[in-house]
Formats: sequence, C-alpha cells, structure tokens
Amino acid sequence: MKKTSRRKMMVTGISAAAGVSALGVAARLAQKYGLVPPDHGGLYGPGETLTYASMRLLTRHSMAREFSRSQISQRPLENELAPFSDEFKRHQTTKFVDWRLVVDGMVARPTSFSVNQLKSYPPHSQITEVVCEEGWSYIAEWNGVPLSYILDLVGAHPQAKYVFYFSIEPDWWESMDMADAMHPQTFLTYGMNGDELPVGNGGPIRMRLPRQLGYKSVKFLNRLIVTDDVKKFGKGLGSVSPEEGYAWFAGI
Amino acid sequence: MSTMESAHVPLEATAAAMRDVTRTQPRHSLLVRVTHWIVTLAFFALLLTGAEIIVSHPRFYWGETGNILTEPLFKIPIPASRKLVPTGYGYVMPDQNGWSRALHFQSAWLLVLMGLLYVIGGVVTGHLRRDLLPSGADLSWRRIVDVMTHHLRIAPRSEDPWSYNVLQRLTYLFVVFILFPVVIWTGLALSPAFDSAVPATVSLLGGRQSARTLHFFVSIALVLFLFIHVVMVWREGFKSRMRAMVTGQAPNRKECR
Repeated sequence: MKKTSRRKMMVTGISAAAGVSALGVAARLAQKYGLVPPDHGGLYGPGETLTYASMRLLTRHSMAREFSRSQISQRPLENELAPFSDEFKRHQTTKFVDWRLVVDGMVARPTSFSVNQLKSYPPHSQITEVVCEEGWSYIAEWNGVPLSYILDLVGAHPQAKYVFYFSIEPDWWESMDMADAMHPQTFLTYGMNGDELPVGNGGPIRMRLPRQLGYKSVKFLNRLIVTDDVKKFGKGLGSVSPEEGYAWFAGI
Repeated sequence: MSTMESAHVPLEATAAAMRDVTRTQPRHSLLVRVTHWIVTLAFFALLLTGAEIIVSHPRFYWGETGNILTEPLFKIPIPASRKLVPTGYGYVMPDQNGWSRALHFQSAWLLVLMGLLYVIGGVVTGHLRRDLLPSGADLSWRRIVDVMTHHLRIAPRSEDPWSYNVLQRLTYLFVVFILFPVVIWTGLALSPAFDSAVPATVSLLGGRQSARTLHFFVSIALVLFLFIHVVMVWREGFKSRMRAMVTGQAPNRKECR
C-alpha cells in the first residue's frame, strides 16, 4: 500500500510540475505569436484567450462566406440606434460633404479622407452576412475600399499591432489586430447593394469585418489610429465592448 | 446469482472477494467522476447563459438569414431584452448578454476539453468498451423491451449498481457520441470565424439560422436526458448513486440482490 501511494504521489507531483511548466511555456509562446487578446484578464480571460488563440491559428487567411446576389436580404435590417448627436445631424443636413475620416498614429503620412476621396479608389464589393450577437442576421452587398488599401496609402509602420477605429457617436470604438486589418474582406464601406450606405446601416462610412460579429462593424466612422499599444485607449482592454462585458474578439 | 451457484463457490468466499473488489476498485473511476462533475458544472452554466442569450432575441428561423423583418419558424412567448424585438409585452428585460456570452464560451471550452479527456481516457482505460458498449447478447429487442418494462413498473427492480443495463449503455452512448457532438457542431456553426475556416460547418446544416434553431433543439434534448437521468438516479437510490459518483464507493454486489 505504502509503496503505491508513494509512487502515486511522485507521479502526481511530476505531472503537476510538468503541467505548470507547460502552461508557462504555452503562455510565453502565445504572447510571442500574438495569440493573447487585450481582454485576457479577469474571470473569463481563459475562455477569451483560448478562443482568440485558436481562431488566430485557424483563420489567419480564411475568407468569410460570400453569397449569391439572389441571397441578398430584401430588407436589410436597420437596428436600433441611440439618438444622433448634434454634430452628426449637422453632417446629415449637408449630406456628409464635410465628413472626414482621419487616419493617424503609427503611419508615415497621417491623412484625412473625405467620403468622395474613398470612393475614388478602386471599388470593391462583397456579399456577406451581418451576424448580430443577439442571434439575427441579414445578407447585403457591401461596397467600399479594403482597409489594407488605406493602410498602404498612409504607410502604416510594420511594428503596428492594432488598428483602433472610432465612431463620431460617443463611447463607440473598437480595435482589430493586423491580421484582421490586412484581411481582404475588411472594408471601409460607403455603399450598400450598389447605393449610398443608409444612415440606419452605418452611413456615411462603416467598418465591415465579416468574420466577426456585427458589433465589431462600427458605424459612422470618423477616426482610425494605428498603434502598437492597447493601453493608451480607455481601460486598455482593446475596445469599449470589454468595458461593457462583451468580448474584444467577436469571431467567437 | 444462479451463475455463482452453478459454479459451486461458497457464498461467504464470494462475498469476501467482492468486498475486496470494492475496496481496491471504485465503482466509477477517478476519470469518470471528475469529468462527470466538471461537465455537469459546465452544462448548467451553458444552460443558464444559453437561455439568457435567447432572451435578447426569442425568435427562431430556418435557413441562412432571419431577423425581425422576416417570418420566424416559431417564437418563445417571453419579453425580450431588446426594444427592437416585437414580443407584444411592452416590457424590455434587462440585458445580461455580456457576461452570459463570456461564461457560455468559457464553459463550452471546459465541456469540450473534459469531453475529450473522457473519450480518450475512456478508450485507453477500456471504460467505453467495458461499461458502455452493450454485449451482443444484450442487443436484442427482447432484452431492450424487457429493461424498458422494468423501468416502467411503479416499484422499481433494484438494478446491479456495478453495471449499466443495455438501455443505459445505449442512452449514454447516444448522449456522448451523438447529442454532445451535435450540440458542439451546431454551436461552432454560429461562429463567423470558424465558419470562414470550415464553411461546411454551417452549410451542411442548411444555413446560420437553421444551425441556431438546431442548437436550441439539441439543447432541449440534452435537458430531457438530464431530467430522466436524475429521475433514474433518484429511483435507484439517490444517496448510494451519488456516493458512487462522488467517492467511487458502491454497495457490494451481494447487498443489492
């Protein structure tokens, strides 16, 4: 009996030590390869980290499903919005001619783009599904310019790790890692189903990340900041979502 | 008992041997007990948070897309936690989606990892083959109907606490190898990132909204299993079955006859 229990104890001890050191090595590797999300702390940090790390390994270059024109939803849902700010209403009355998208941070040439300027670049479109965390969804054609095109234009530094993006409306900002920022389906959209992007769907400019839930596709964009430091923004969790209890990485 | 008598083994000696077996070998191995309770914990968390997430949109659809502008397959008659959903109640529930989603996915990870540990451990230790795979002789309709009629009797026949009957084996196999994999599959199909890597995950189910509806139905099936499972445990002796799943100890075979 004694012999077995001593052996058992040794085996348990060795496995525990191996387990702990394996976890340590895994954590260091994950940090090195950018597999740790900004909201990795707290009670639900382990789940968020496991999800982000596995999806980063699995989906670095994968493409969101695209649909046929016949699958486009007949009425794209305009989900509920807070009342617009006076600043936004002013832009609405002037049909967004003075709207600017400012891009700065870790870039060689900080630039401010008008909506028409964005429209002058080679147009791209994708027919993808908007997927809300609540459960509903719709399919639309999104017209715009890939974010990677704009990042090349302004000369984003190679050391940059994240792109933060802000709505003109208060407390509405998100960020994405460079894998998503350089992804060919990540768009700055200005059109929907071949028309102007309606205000209810985020016009004049909306971010589109079809591989993540709808709340990452921030509406009424007016600012992008390229950075390598999430700590500078809000509580340092990567976006306003984790501050409200939602995941920073919404690819699930 | 008849097999023991025909083998002419003195009864006392058999009982002593059985007691020895009980001492050295638990009814349920440590692997089974640990994974059972961690999966139970994760399942309850998934159930609670899953129900919470439904409150934000208590409508279900079929096909790829679905929203308040499209016809639902069915609705759950509860108020929603979003103003935009027309429920007819004129009341908006508090929004609890943030922590619910975080706990849902963390519990899903725990359940998947424990499930893998259980299945791999079950193959290595022979638990699946020994305890869950029904014997050829048991796999007859006569035997299954026999067990069913025993179950339907008002006064239950005491079952051997050291082994599962054929109905139990088939049910556990169905839950472990059909219901849980399908609930994980339909859940993964709701991940836009995973779908981008493996589009068949969602397309084989007939679209995103079909996947969501199926995820709901399979969860209901799991809840139904849980309910029957607990009723059976209670009928067979709640205390002794709980002790067996917590400490591994069970009454000797002799005592239960």
